[in-house]
This record gives sequence, C-alpha cells and structure tokens, in this order.
Amino acid sequence: METETKKKRVTYLNVAHGVKSWLFTVDHKRIGLLYLVSITLMFMLGSFFAVLIRTELLTPAGDLMSSDNYNKMFTMHGIVMVFFFLIPSIPAVLGNFLIPLMIGAKDLAFPRINLLSWYIYVIGGCFTMWAVITGGIDTGWTFYTPYSTTASISKVLVPAIGVFITGFSSILTGLNFIVTIHRMRAPGLTWFRLPLFVWAHYATSVIMILGTPVVAVTILLVGLERGLGLGIFDPKLGGDPILFQHLFWFYSHPAVYIMILPSMGVISEIICCFSRKRIFGYGFVACSSMAIAMLGFLVWGHHMFVSTQSTYTALIFSVLSMAVAIPSAVKVFNWTATLYKGSISFEAPMMYVFGFLGLFTIGGLTGLFLASVGLDVHVHDTYFVVAHFHYIMVGGALMAYLGGIHFWWPKITGKMYAEWPARIAAVLVFLGFNLTFYPQFLLGYAGMPRRYHFYPEEFQILNVFSTAGATILGLGYIMPLCYLLWSLRHGKDAPANPWLATGLEWKVDSPPTPHNFESTPTVDEEAYNYPVTPAAEAQSV
Amino acid sequence: MDSHESSLKSYFLVFFALMALTALTVWVAFMDLGMMNNVVAMGIATIKGLMVMIVFMHLRHSPPLTILAIVVGIFWFAVLILITMSDMWTRGLLGFPGK
Repeated sequence: METETKKKRVTYLNVAHGVKSWLFTVDHKRIGLLYLVSITLMFMLGSFFAVLIRTELLTPAGDLMSSDNYNKMFTMHGIVMVFFFLIPSIPAVLGNFLIPLMIGAKDLAFPRINLLSWYIYVIGGCFTMWAVITGGIDTGWTFYTPYSTTASISKVLVPAIGVFITGFSSILTGLNFIVTIHRMRAPGLTWFRLPLFVWAHYATSVIMILGTPVVAVTILLVGLERGLGLGIFDPKLGGDPILFQHLFWFYSHPAVYIMILPSMGVISEIICCFSRKRIFGYGFVACSSMAIAMLGFLVWGHHMFVSTQSTYTALIFSVLSMAVAIPSAVKVFNWTATLYKGSISFEAPMMYVFGFLGLFTIGGLTGLFLASVGLDVHVHDTYFVVAHFHYIMVGGALMAYLGGIHFWWPKITGKMYAEWPARIAAVLVFLGFNLTFYPQFLLGYAGMPRRYHFYPEEFQILNVFSTAGATILGLGYIMPLCYLLWSLRHGKDAPANPWLATGLEWKVDSPPTPHNFESTPTVDEEAYNYPVTPAAEAQSV
Repeated sequence: MDSHESSLKSYFLVFFALMALTALTVWVAFMDLGMMNNVVAMGIATIKGLMVMIVFMHLRHSPPLTILAIVVGIFWFAVLILITMSDMWTRGLLGFPGK
C-alpha cells in the first residue's frame, strides 16, 4: 500500500513527460539535470583528448600523432575541460538543483533566465564542437597572443566565440544565484544560518559576474586584431602582447576559484554530515569564501613571472598570491578540526572528501612554490605546473563534484546507489589520480617542459607511471557512470533523509515535488545542528 | 504621472547630451592634444557611461544595494586597470633587460 502511494506521488521527474517538457522546463531541478547531462558529455569529450595525450606520452618519440595534432589535442582538452566542464560543473548542476531547496524557495529568482543560461551554454558548446570537427585549435587553452592573433592557422575564432558565448551562461547563473540568495531566503534563515554551500556559491557568483565580462572583452579584442588587424596586442601595430596576459588572467585566475569555491561548499556539507558535528568555526569558513573571492582577483600576475612583466609588479603579485593561501588554509584547518572527536563514518561521499583534503592540500602547497618569484622561474611551463593545477582542478574540484553527486544523488533521483562499488571507485580515483600526477611534479622539477610530445628517454619511466595512473583514473570515472545509471532502474527507493543530514533539502521527499515545499518553511536553528537522531528525523519529516 | 513625464524629459535630455558628446569625441579625434588625447577621449566616455547608468539604468532611484553592486563593479575594473598599468609604468625600473 505504501509503495503504491509512493508511486503515485507527483515529483519533479514525473510531473510531465516527453522531450518538450524537458527542453522548455523552467524548474531549477530539471535545468540542473539538463546541465548534468551536457557537462557529462563534455567531460567525456575532454577525457577523450586526455587519453590521446597520455597515450602519445607513453614513448619518448612523437610517434602517435604529429606535433601540430598534439598541439590541438592539449588545447582542446584544456578548452573543453575548463570552460565547458569545470567552470559550470558544481554551480550549474548542484547549485541549480540545491540552492532553492537549501534556502526554502520554490525556484531561483529568474527561472526563464536559468533556462536561457543552459541554451547559451549549449550554443557555446556547439561552436566549440564545430571547431573540433573541422580541424581544431592549437593555441593552448589560454589563447595567448601572438599564437591566437597572427601565428596560428588553425580555427581560433570559432572556439573563441564558443567560449565568449558560454561566458554569458556563467554570468546569468551567477546573477540568478545572487538575487535568489538575497531575496528568497525562508523566514528565519539569516545570513549566518545559511548552509556553507550557499555561501560558497554566493562568493562564486560574485566572481562570475565581475570576472567573466573581462574575458569576453579580451576574446573580442583577439577577434578584432585577428580579423580586422587592429593593433591591440601586436607590437608591430603599437600593441602589447603582455596586455593580453593581464586581461586573460584577470578572469582566468579567479576562474580557478569559480571551480574550487563551490567544491569547498560541497566539502563543508559532507564533512559535517559524516562527522556528525557542527562545522568548526562557521563564521570563518563562510567569510573565507568571500576573502578567497576578493583576493583571488589580485593575484593574476603570478602566471606572468617569466614574461616582461616588471619585477616590481611581480613582487606585489607574489605577496598577494601568498596571501590567498591564508583563507584557503583556514578552510582546510577548520574541516580538519571538524573531524576532531567527530563520529566519523566512511560512506562514499566522505571518501571523496578525504581524497579532496589530501589532494587539495598538495595542490595548494605546490601553488606556493609557483607564487615564489625565484622558484617559479625554474618550474615555469614545466610539468610541475601541469601537476599543480590538476591537483587543484581535478584532485580538488572534480573530487568534490563526484562527492557531491554521490551525496545528493538520492535527493536528485530518489534512488540509492550501491555503496561498495562507490567506495571502491572513490579509492580508485584517489590512487589513479596520484599515480597520474605525482610523477608529473618530478618530471617538471627535473625540467620536462609541458606541451611537447617528445622528450628525453630518461623521462620515460615517470611518463609510463603517469599513463598507467590515468588508466586507473579512467576506470574510477567509468565506475560511477555505471552504478549511478544502474541505480536509476534497480536502486532502492531513497528516503527523504538517507544520511540523517541537516538542511532544508533533506526535509522534503526524494525526489522533491515540482515546487519543492508545500508551504514556506521557517528556520529556527543554526546550520549543521548535528547530531540528527533517527527519532528526531522521523518527527521533523 | 508627473514623475513619468519628468523621466521622459530626462531620457530625451540625456539622449541629446549623448549625441552631443559623441560629436565632441569625433571632433576631438581630429585634434592633436598630445598626451591628453586618451585622457580627453576616456573622460568623455566616462561621462557618457555615468549618464547612461544614472538615468537610463535608473541608478538615481535605486536602493543602496544596487548602487553598491555598481560601485563594486567599478572598483574591480579600477583594480584591473591600475594593477595592469602599474606593470606598464614600472618596466625597466630596476634596469634589468626585459624587466
């Protein structure tokens, strides 16, 4: 009888059927799922390029593809992964789905703009796919001048337009989040009762709105110089190529925080739940998100220490780059302190959190190497840099994304996934990731430059380790795809709050109804009021 | 009704001011003011931008939070320009080739 009642319950998934009901939906939860499918496809495309790169690097000779094609492979891997996977991943999927639920709202402030942002993302993605199919681009994902303006004969403008267009999707998402968080919080949900996931997305949205227009304008300027011969970055025409790097990194360094701040929000939610403890130093963790967003805008010059940037400016950027480590460290210390004397359990999302803590710490500390003006000269443009940013972007952002997908999967789909395969996948991702990228620190420190497909023989053993690790990592990514899809048909029905977590999203059924809440909830307690006992949970749902 | 009429009046006033300033920009572009070329052009552009924000974008009737959002945007744009210019201004300061 109970099962029949459950089957009849109207949820956001079964309220309407057919392709049209998805393509014209304005429900934030459905739009989150549209993004989930889109960015998963982009992740597969980016991974395909990564497989080709790592296969090429198995041997010292450039024997799988030509230098030109290798240039295109790492460029397209970077463009697809950065602009079409990492930047939208957590905000567009989990943020879209969860922010209204977490603040007790029925939807985001601008539901139609939310759908528009997805369409803009898809159009931008189509431009990039077009460039991939019709010959590719070889400038590196950074579009550095003069490669992108005068040197390259590949299709530069098409993916550049794709990135330009997708930027507007990011701006609209950020705008929607900021207005929603300001205007639509449930009664009693004061700023310092907000889940840290919401704080993290607020800080991310500020960066999206302030930074993205700058990269859009920069790409436009590249187009004007390449297409019309305007002298902006070309010294022969009175321009300055370093100006491009300033403008590009003014956005693209904060873009790293667009990737990592939402991840930090995810980590805060999961770590409290599976430690059964209130977060240590809520105010510090919340404010450190804002501090990272602000300081993150002041450090871009550390990408340019070996350019003709002045030594004076380099020193300023070096000091500021060290400073951004402080709020990042505040978070890591506070998460660790949260674990202290907690009742820790090792469910799959928590396994990803542990992976995040180790990998993000290594990524962050090696960032200090790169922020040091002198040391950076030695490791600049080597595999050390490649390893560093993969530890942040993949070891940090992607681990948290996977952790978040597992944590909220029961809420999103109404189904439980198989726990043990999920734990094994988390361990495989952690081991595979380290085997892939740790050797690259050694390679870079020993002097192997990035972006070459042939190298001296003495570097081969470490490259073989790296490619072997990438294979394990690939398996670790394929496994969740299999058991999560399996769970849709065969998984057990998820209760409203399978993890006994705090937060308004766990007070509604899994999956939620189309309008989330029957009546607007009232909040009368702090965030993370752990532990939640089964008896108390039964009363509150 | 009054406020609507007055806002229509102000829209037209600003529109004609923008046209006049555009004409001024073109006129100035044909004059050689030396170092002041860019300063004058950017100065006129700034005045035009402010008029658009204050009148067309209703900033003068906006709540403080909206004004704060605009101020933050301008502040970070100033950060971009100032720090970038600090590089341009200090190249060669230490006398190292290329630095």
